Amino acid sequence: MTEVTVTSFIILGTALFMLLNSAAVAVYAERRVAAFIQNRVGPNRVGPFGLLQPIADVLKLLLKEDVTPTEGSKFIHTVAPMIPVVTALMTVAVIPFGEGLYATDINAGVLYLLAVASLSVYGVTLAGWASNSKYSLLGGLRAAAQMVSYELPLGMAVASVVIFVGSLSVVDIAVAQENWWFVFLNPVGAIIFIIAAFAESNRTPFDLVEAEQELVGGFHTEYSSMKFGMFFLAEYMHVVINSMLMVTFFFGSYHLPFAGYWLPELSPLLKGILDVSVFVGKTAFFVFLFIWVRWTIPRFKYNQVMKLGWSRLLPISIINFLVLAAILFFFFNG
Amino acid sequence: MKLTDIQNKVHSTFFKEHQKSLYQSLEDKHTTLEELDDGDPLTTKMVLNMGPQHPATHGVLRLVLQLDGETIEKCKLDIGYLHRGVEKIAENKTYQEFMPYTDRMDYLSPYSNNVALCTAVEKIASVEVPERAQYIRMIGCELARISSHLLWLGTMVMDAGAISFFIWTFKEREKIYDVMDRIAGHRFTVSHARIGGVANDLTDEAMGSIKEFVDTFPKELKDYHKLLDRNRIFFERNEAVGVLRTEDALASGATGPLLRGSGFGLDIRKVSPYLRYNEVEFEVPTRLEGDNLARYYVRMEEMHESIRIIKQCLNKLPYGPIRTDNAKQAYPSKDEVYYSMEGMIHDFMMTDTGICPPEGAECYHSVESPKGELGYYIQSDGTGHPWRLKIKAPSFSNLQVLENILDGEMVADTVVIIGGTDPVLGEADK
Repeated sequence: MTEVTVTSFIILGTALFMLLNSAAVAVYAERRVAAFIQNRVGPNRVGPFGLLQPIADVLKLLLKEDVTPTEGSKFIHTVAPMIPVVTALMTVAVIPFGEGLYATDINAGVLYLLAVASLSVYGVTLAGWASNSKYSLLGGLRAAAQMVSYELPLGMAVASVVIFVGSLSVVDIAVAQENWWFVFLNPVGAIIFIIAAFAESNRTPFDLVEAEQELVGGFHTEYSSMKFGMFFLAEYMHVVINSMLMVTFFFGSYHLPFAGYWLPELSPLLKGILDVSVFVGKTAFFVFLFIWVRWTIPRFKYNQVMKLGWSRLLPISIINFLVLAAILFFFFNG
Repeated sequence: MKLTDIQNKVHSTFFKEHQKSLYQSLEDKHTTLEELDDGDPLTTKMVLNMGPQHPATHGVLRLVLQLDGETIEKCKLDIGYLHRGVEKIAENKTYQEFMPYTDRMDYLSPYSNNVALCTAVEKIASVEVPERAQYIRMIGCELARISSHLLWLGTMVMDAGAISFFIWTFKEREKIYDVMDRIAGHRFTVSHARIGGVANDLTDEAMGSIKEFVDTFPKELKDYHKLLDRNRIFFERNEAVGVLRTEDALASGATGPLLRGSGFGLDIRKVSPYLRYNEVEFEVPTRLEGDNLARYYVRMEEMHESIRIIKQCLNKLPYGPIRTDNAKQAYPSKDEVYYSMEGMIHDFMMTDTGICPPEGAECYHSVESPKGELGYYIQSDGTGHPWRLKIKAPSFSNLQVLENILDGEMVADTVVIIGGTDPVLGEADK
């Protein structure tokens, strides 16, 4: 592990600040893109182009009455919304945003990411249970089952990246993609990762945890005020985080395509600006992809999600891993 | 968990007797099943109450589901939350006065309801309707069918999770509202048909807007087909979901697209043509599968056929009067009312007494509304008010089916199946 310096804290602080804001931007983007897809105008009244809409939203949530179900578990009901927010914030610590621009470089960073990501399911499941509502309970149970099922193909997809790099450090993975993005070397893994990431962040077509239609919001049916706001915030932070992970693992992190072959040496400042812009640009594209998919296609049924996860994605990801490992061992060994 | 425990646990504050009997009927449904899995040591069973306030139950439909995990073991429907006593109201109104109430029955296709009442009254009182009025009514009915089917399409796909679709179909419905506005002067509750004809003739503006809609709508339909016909997720959500076999459909009295989706091609427009449906060409789309996907195809095809019918009507539309010229049977035209003494008197008499069918006459007349067979049974006592008026609402009989096809499906299917059945509670609860 590298030494923690003042720079690390500055980067961490900036990254957290940006992540919190990115959730607000994502909310705004979601509403505008949804409106665009649905031939509507979308929010355009609060501030220029409606840019202050997220602030108005949060203000509204803050001023709302906070209702706790009388028969529910008050303590867990209060704690549950914090879990997804905290786990989302913890993730940024190991993500490199540019060459040398990372808060910390843990040598088992990938494991840390997977571990933290899988913690967030507790928030959803506990919220579903603590609300003492049947709709919430169904939502929470669906969440638990879905997260467990998609954790595995996600892990296998990441593992198939790790064998290329030979290191569990996220920074090393980013550096290794200077010439070839892993999406070109490992396209199957990339597709599996994207699908699993959609499922992990509970977005359409895997949003049966919320299932606005049949479960009326699922796990957050009984939540109001800022407790609901935290779930809301966490959902968008997870969208952003998962987009970042897609970029980091498969889409070249902060590198331009095949940058190693043609990009000239730049001054550190210029390189830093370029790296961060490239990273942000790619992340923004995947956030857009999340939104685009959400407003276009229907959602799966519970049993279909399970079938897809266990009988399609998991075997394919394992075979993909084995095939890649064999190729690397027999042809590129040495 | 046995259901008797539920009854002890649920402290219903409102309508205790009703709640109790509802849970009892859930318990009594398929009692053999209940006996089989009487012991439930892991307490995996749960009774879920869906509605009447629920975003996906299309109004105030209430479902009580007994769940085993995510599977619905059995389900009971509770309807009547929108009961307004329309049939009783009819007994205190003249036939013409009652017509606006029919708009509020199946509020998604008001024109069909108007026509259903008017044709029934015309049958019992032997009123001749001019040719032009018949064709105008047909155009209105088919527009109403498209409008209703568009709402079904939007909500069903939205219930499956694709929210944007609802807004896309509403864009088209909005155009139909505008057309209706030009035809009748109202967007939503049109009340355009009159006993003995229609309220007013089609203006040039109305004709133009109908023609424009007929020309542009097939393109939109094509887009819907493009979006859904090859959509794997949509298919998996609808294929083999809520299967209704032909014999069950007939036994439980399913009508309309539900029946045609189950392989029985019954369409009132074909078997006993009313208006001038025997003079236009159209197909009756029928599918054999009986699942939700079959209903999707049937309704989509029906929209194509409706467009075809409207086009033929526009071509055949004859010139002539739009209301029968008999002051004992229909309102005189406004020209007469304002400029002649007799016209004034007739108008007053029509409003006060109305049309009087012969004493003791009875008749049943049904039309093919978008939801199925919509029939009006009228008993006359010789006055201007019906002695008894019974409405055979298609949504009501289709809900009967819903209760049985939900058993054995999953929770996520309920909303899609409700969407596929397409009930309108205003009509079912009357």
